[in-house]
Amino acid sequence: MKRPITLTVNGEERRVDVAPSDTLLEILRTQIGVKSPKIGCERGDCGACTVLLDGRTVRSCLILAVEADGHEITTVEGLSKDGPTPLQQAFVEHNSFQCGFCAPGIVLSVTELLRRNPHPTGEEVKEAISGNLCRCTGYEPIIRAVLDVSGKS
Amino acid sequence: MGKFKYVGKSIRRIDGLEKVTGAATFVDDIDFGPDLLYAEIVESPHAHALIEKIDASQAEKVPGVIRVVTGKDFPYKFGLYMKDRYIFAQDRTRFVGEQVAAIIARDPKIARKASKLIRVTYRELPQILDPIEAIKEDAELLHPDLGDYPHVPWFFPKGGTNIAHWRKTRKGDVEKGFKEADVILEDTYTVPRYAHCAIEPHVVVGLYDHSGRLTLWSASQSPHTQRNLFAEALAPLGLSHKDIRVVTPYVGGGFGGKAGVTMEIIGAALAIAVKGHPVKVRWSREQEFYNTYQRQAVVAQIKMGVTRDGKITAIEHTLHWDAGAYVEYGANVVNAVGLSATGPYRIPNVKIDSLCIYTNLPPGGPYRGFGYSEFHFGLESHVTRIAKKIGMDPVEFRKRNAIEESDTLPYGAKMNPCGLKEAIDRAAQAIEWGKRETSDDPKKVIGKGFSLFWKAPAMPPNASSAASLKFNEDGSINISVSGMELGQGYLTVMAQIAAEVLSVPTEKIRVETPDTDRNPYEWQTVASHVTWSCGNAVKNAAIDAREKIFTVINRAFGFQKDTLYLEDEKVKCRTRSDFELSLKDFVIAGIQMEDGTFRGGPILGSGMFMPEFTSALSDPETSQGGHPNVHYTVGAGAVVLEIDPQTGKTKVLKAVLAVDVGQAINPDLVNGQITGGLLQGLATVLYEDMRFDNKGRLLNPNFTDYKIPTAMDIPDEMIPIIVEVPQPDGPFGARGVGEHTMIPAAPMIANAIEDALGVRINSMPITAERIALSISRKEKG
Repeated sequence: MKRPITLTVNGEERRVDVAPSDTLLEILRTQIGVKSPKIGCERGDCGACTVLLDGRTVRSCLILAVEADGHEITTVEGLSKDGPTPLQQAFVEHNSFQCGFCAPGIVLSVTELLRRNPHPTGEEVKEAISGNLCRCTGYEPIIRAVLDVSGKS
Repeated sequence: MGKFKYVGKSIRRIDGLEKVTGAATFVDDIDFGPDLLYAEIVESPHAHALIEKIDASQAEKVPGVIRVVTGKDFPYKFGLYMKDRYIFAQDRTRFVGEQVAAIIARDPKIARKASKLIRVTYRELPQILDPIEAIKEDAELLHPDLGDYPHVPWFFPKGGTNIAHWRKTRKGDVEKGFKEADVILEDTYTVPRYAHCAIEPHVVVGLYDHSGRLTLWSASQSPHTQRNLFAEALAPLGLSHKDIRVVTPYVGGGFGGKAGVTMEIIGAALAIAVKGHPVKVRWSREQEFYNTYQRQAVVAQIKMGVTRDGKITAIEHTLHWDAGAYVEYGANVVNAVGLSATGPYRIPNVKIDSLCIYTNLPPGGPYRGFGYSEFHFGLESHVTRIAKKIGMDPVEFRKRNAIEESDTLPYGAKMNPCGLKEAIDRAAQAIEWGKRETSDDPKKVIGKGFSLFWKAPAMPPNASSAASLKFNEDGSINISVSGMELGQGYLTVMAQIAAEVLSVPTEKIRVETPDTDRNPYEWQTVASHVTWSCGNAVKNAAIDAREKIFTVINRAFGFQKDTLYLEDEKVKCRTRSDFELSLKDFVIAGIQMEDGTFRGGPILGSGMFMPEFTSALSDPETSQGGHPNVHYTVGAGAVVLEIDPQTGKTKVLKAVLAVDVGQAINPDLVNGQITGGLLQGLATVLYEDMRFDNKGRLLNPNFTDYKIPTAMDIPDEMIPIIVEVPQPDGPFGARGVGEHTMIPAAPMIANAIEDALGVRINSMPITAERIALSISRKEKG
């Protein structure tokens, strides 16, 4: 049986009908139409589906859609409404990503980190993105960009 | 060098902003509307079995199920280099996870539920999980019809056995070479299977419309090769190349795993089964592990002879590959190694046997390095050991034997220009080779390891690239090519090459991902060859456009074409310093004459490239006589490794990789290949490992049990070093780099462990557990 839920996605209130077993990731991608959270493993290992739920990162594949009822979801699409953030610009500047599939998740994980801790150390950056797998870059250019942009601010 | 304006510059990726803002579209992100159907696959639970009966009657009754498809519906073979696979298993399954049937439904959850209601009756057959078992006299034959399979002319299958291909290379006289040697070392090295682990799983959407047109949206490295293989396999249904279209948006990582055709052919077949409806097949992470290509396991025996003064006199290298159930692509990995398993050394007497052996494990196939990572583990371990045996420094020993330009390759052709010695010196310097280091922690020890590497693209001799470009009203450019942006930065590099010829900045150049209907041909984005091959095609397309520009100027103004040149988006003339004309003023509109008429028209350029000097034809018993490889990219890797002897735990303090790329079109992107490839290689030696049970079932098909590196696992320091000895036939001197960066990782770790602890480990992965056990074994004597 489907039931209606209401959630705020990137600042806009959305009402959707969801089944009890639907994950937040499925609903975001198929019903809301937000495509930046990716399907990578569907068991919380890879972090490609990371979104901010009330400002905290979660794996949207591990959250049921009904659990998000009444909550606020932010994806990468919501960060860039007024152009790329300084963090996103730093990632572009440093050629931080290659295939880019993990990028939305990492952008959100670091966004959360920098809100909490505007001047992280290298170890803190590594820890913050350790739940986001990237197979292309060796992480080094990602970490470099974060240290660069947080050192400036 | 140094005379370029756009080439050799670390410009920002042209796809960077798309990727950090979520704007980049991957196949699974494309909307197909409410008519989209979903497929679920019924898989073989047995490694080797006959299919006696498939009963789908219960599944078909489930509301929302549209269609059940089995092997009977599509009795067609496919394969890249050898046609040894079917779209769905026919009478027999050959690995756990092989596709036996598919359910197509309105909803993925219904498809999944219904797939469990399909009853398949199997009769189990003896299974073979070990390549050495597979070549015994009385071994069960996995492919009784092997002798009849169509294959490329450079494969030599042995019908009536499980040997799908046997590449033999013979040079000089190895017996004589071993007689000349003062020291001979012989040993065996083993490498297990590995998974690519691109973060984006394989996904394909197929639509066979009511006009008979088949379109596939595919997460692929190989749009044109996919179209070709779909057309070949589906030819009995009357489909031709022009009826098939493959669209490939951004790909979320490939590493070889999305080359050729694997699960995508299921999408093509299912689309035909539900004409008029788009149908999606998306692999789960588990399927990603067990039913795409895997990196093949190998058992390699090496016998090497050297003189006291450090000259390699002979090598015998015998490699038995566990190639899996189907080898349509993997056999070419075996072939490539069979031609090059000497490594980058000048060795007068060579005997290589590289055997591609069927087993009842998932199909082997291309994986970044294409067999070279696998054989370098044994070879470069062996080289360090034999150098030590004659009391010579392993780096000095490598320098003495390092291959140089014009040296004779194992198959008789000549080596291309290369900066191997410079790479060796710079890598050795970067880790202060020869200087002992001690850890701040008295419980830990530090070792240093070194390894050379080489790799040539493995391709058909006529693998080719084409490109076209067009100018827009404002002088900006759109380039059409069919190489894939896998993350390596291909689109950016193509823009830089065109920018250099046409003097148009890269910000004004757009390069889009392919659609086989519109974009010119590219064989595949594999083999680290697109910068070189497609780069030449783009350069030729830009030169073609420049010729057309000069022709228009000549017709409008009468200036000799050979006096014209492009600079800062303008045409200028060497003999008339007062003349200049902006490209944007005429590349679409043309040039107006005094009488009001116009000359010119929209400027287009097209270019192609095929390496016309290559040939795969050679003596099957020796491999002499052909020119199978276009060139080798060479280099050296070095590592400083800290080890806790109590636990075997390691920490990479410094990892260095020096590679001769000919000319770095974009040094920052080359560095990206180095850091990414190094980490991928370090993971294969330190912890990654596919584990199968004794029934051929993969035990760790997920990221919880198959660990790939996180940000916490990176070396303290990674040092990329770019060497540039130009490749004469490369665009601006460039040769390929990509796969190479993971090749030396495993042997340099094995060598560092021996350096630190005096124990030699001959099988991968070299986990903490294995190191600790080796130490305790050594202590017990």
